[in-house]
Amino acid sequence: MKENVSHLPVLRFGEAYKSLDTNDLGSVLRSGARLEVSVANAGIIRRDKLSIERGRAAIAAIPADTLLGYAEKAADLYLDGELPFGMDGETQSVADYVTALSELTGLPHSLCRSNMFKVAAALKNIRAVLAGLTRGLPAKLFDDGFARLGDIDMNFYPTADSLGVTLPSNSPGVNSLWLPVLVMKTPVFLKPGREDPLTPYRIIQAMIQAGFPKEAFGFYPTTHDGGDAILLSCGRGIVFGSDATVKKYAKYDNIQVHGSGRSKVLVGADLAADWEKHLDIMVESVSANGGRSCINASSVMVPSHFEEISNAMAKKLAAIEPRARDDEDALLCGFANADFAKAMDEAIDEELKTPGAVDLTAKYRDGSRLVEIHGQTFLRPTLIACSDPSHPLANTEYMFPFVSVVERPQSEMLDAIGSTLVVSAVTEDESWMRELMGSPDIDRLNLGSVPTNWVQWEQPHEGNLFEFLYRRRAIQSKALQIA
Amino acid sequence: MTQTIELTSAVDAAKEALDQYTREMVQWHFSPETGCPYWLDWAKQSDWNPLTEINAFEDMMRFDNFDDEVLRDTDPARFIPGAFKDRPYNVFETGGTTGMPKQRIGWEDYKVDYSEFSDFYSDDFFPKGANWLMVGPTGPRRLRLAIEHLANERGGACYFIDLDPRWVKRLIRDGEYDMARKYKEHVVEQAITIMKGRSIGCMFTTPTILEAIAERTSIPQAGIKGVFVGGTTMTPQYVRFLTEEVLEGKVNFAPTYGNTLMGLAISRPLSADDNYSLTYYAPQPRAVLRIVDPKDSTKGVDYDTYGRVELTTMTKEFFMPRFLERDEAIRRQPCDLFPWDGVGDVRPFESTKKKVIEGVY
Repeated sequence: MKENVSHLPVLRFGEAYKSLDTNDLGSVLRSGARLEVSVANAGIIRRDKLSIERGRAAIAAIPADTLLGYAEKAADLYLDGELPFGMDGETQSVADYVTALSELTGLPHSLCRSNMFKVAAALKNIRAVLAGLTRGLPAKLFDDGFARLGDIDMNFYPTADSLGVTLPSNSPGVNSLWLPVLVMKTPVFLKPGREDPLTPYRIIQAMIQAGFPKEAFGFYPTTHDGGDAILLSCGRGIVFGSDATVKKYAKYDNIQVHGSGRSKVLVGADLAADWEKHLDIMVESVSANGGRSCINASSVMVPSHFEEISNAMAKKLAAIEPRARDDEDALLCGFANADFAKAMDEAIDEELKTPGAVDLTAKYRDGSRLVEIHGQTFLRPTLIACSDPSHPLANTEYMFPFVSVVERPQSEMLDAIGSTLVVSAVTEDESWMRELMGSPDIDRLNLGSVPTNWVQWEQPHEGNLFEFLYRRRAIQSKALQIA
Repeated sequence: MTQTIELTSAVDAAKEALDQYTREMVQWHFSPETGCPYWLDWAKQSDWNPLTEINAFEDMMRFDNFDDEVLRDTDPARFIPGAFKDRPYNVFETGGTTGMPKQRIGWEDYKVDYSEFSDFYSDDFFPKGANWLMVGPTGPRRLRLAIEHLANERGGACYFIDLDPRWVKRLIRDGEYDMARKYKEHVVEQAITIMKGRSIGCMFTTPTILEAIAERTSIPQAGIKGVFVGGTTMTPQYVRFLTEEVLEGKVNFAPTYGNTLMGLAISRPLSADDNYSLTYYAPQPRAVLRIVDPKDSTKGVDYDTYGRVELTTMTKEFFMPRFLERDEAIRRQPCDLFPWDGVGDVRPFESTKKKVIEGVY
């Protein structure tokens, strides 16, 4: 008897292409069918890139304002639509999507949905997102290359004919990053993460159904070689990955590399005594989205009250228990690959052998860090109190709610943070705020009592995509009033 | 039914011919008048006598797996058969190895192998009289002379662009990916210059270089009618991609599996049933490919399952029993064109087991 299999194809200029090389992702679909994913060979990507004008022409023909409307419409389709999936006229409902996404990534249904809302909100709020990126310039800029701010004419030109993105699998919400690119009339070549081909595919289908030309989308589940082809052959590339990935691509100016976030909460000396008021944002910074995001805090620096803050956080974190994937209150993610969870658990225990750090959560939780329950392998939230600020665990990031607490005088914090994606600085001290705003090590700065995962749509996330994809050119004309 | 009976008798005949040929080759290599010092000395130290104990190919299992390090450590002159001792010879080196190279000596074998390869293809496949372009490892390799012989056999001349695989290997080992890409561009540019400036109808190259050339120019529009490739793993998807896109469905395509020690194994022409999965057949009886159990290489694996590739080469010039290649492949059934076992979907040995847990993301 033939087994029931759904096949997720490569999309070449939006057209399905079934590769003979495939990845079997197992029986993860709600129907009980197996999910098989096409694997593109690198040459296919390079050859498609040669025809990129097809994609550019198709999207250039549509006014940017219309594209903004399409993006808003795509939000609803992504959230609720019955969208094309697979090769033979199959479709995917939201329930199908959530079930498979949870099976593949280990995210409980509740977190799958919160990630969906994040993606949908990025589409719904696309006008605010774009205005944030362009500092309020009219979207028409993308139609004719001109904009006028006050009396100043401005000409922007694209730096790339396409954007290649190699996506991670850790959290579907990360897909919200590439969405504005299409409104900027730049075709995308996406390499999905191995465990989450579903999210970019569903977003693409929603955007096509909303009106975007299919030729603007390339979807290439592929090998490492294929990932390189995407990053090196598109004019601009974005890659997510480990520290090794950062090192590999650091030398390419046209590739933006996102490694570990190493996001942090810094508690100012002025508010440290009131730490109890800020306890919840510290815990949320660590545990939101199951600790899967790069914007989750992996370290908290306090100038005083080390024991009290560490213990209070550890107690709250230890209370977050693994639940079944369909439990509405589930906050922790399972690991699709149990060996991976075991390896992390062992690595933490190994590092704890170095004096100067203790797993405080161990005394508040019932049982071990690694548990197998509800048919999945989990790592329970872990707080490491580092009496030695230079302990190896003091600046380590793991893919679950894992945080170190370190005591440092406020005056030393900025020198100690190193490259940090998000800092939430719990302070009202204006002179320290100015110092924080001057730090070259912080990518996004949250000021006040807000968690690291707080998102404001008008603020760019992880580098400004507009500045990455467009460059301003001096333009002077005696004869022509251009804008 | 008739076909099956015909194939069965062809398979039996091929087996018989192989057994007969094996006896002749063993007599040749282990007789003092015709054998080489290396094997004659080996026989003196051995507790069994190939001359009396090898009566069929299956008796070759008496030999241990050949250690190719011997080809690195031993003076090639020790492999000169007594029958050839006054004749000058070629020294050929294997592909991408660094350090002291592995060497095989030879006289006419490459011509025999490539004449046979030429005979397999029709006059139109690689048009007779057309000039060839080889873009691949030249230098101390058999392939360089072999391709020129092939071109000459078919009435054409051959142009060469060198590609030094040892340099590429070193660049990759050192993480110099940009330099490796630059080197590839350098090779491709030279190839395109020749393709534009001279009349070329046929080509030998590696799949990677073929792909890179096609990214710069249309291969059929450049006048290429037939392409012969070898050198790396080709998954069915990759074969399909080369056929449909790189060669635009308009160029004859001859993928081969081979090396300096074997010669070359021709691929059975693809049919719709193959779904782009290649099957190669060794140039039997001069070379025999077996797909063996990696734990016990005297045992073959079942048809349609993966095992390690084992090569035995037996010509009057060279004798190499049961060398385990660094490849694995699927054991495939004999076919009408080649009534002996084939090897399918070759890939590096244990390549699927070497998967590591890939990073956080």
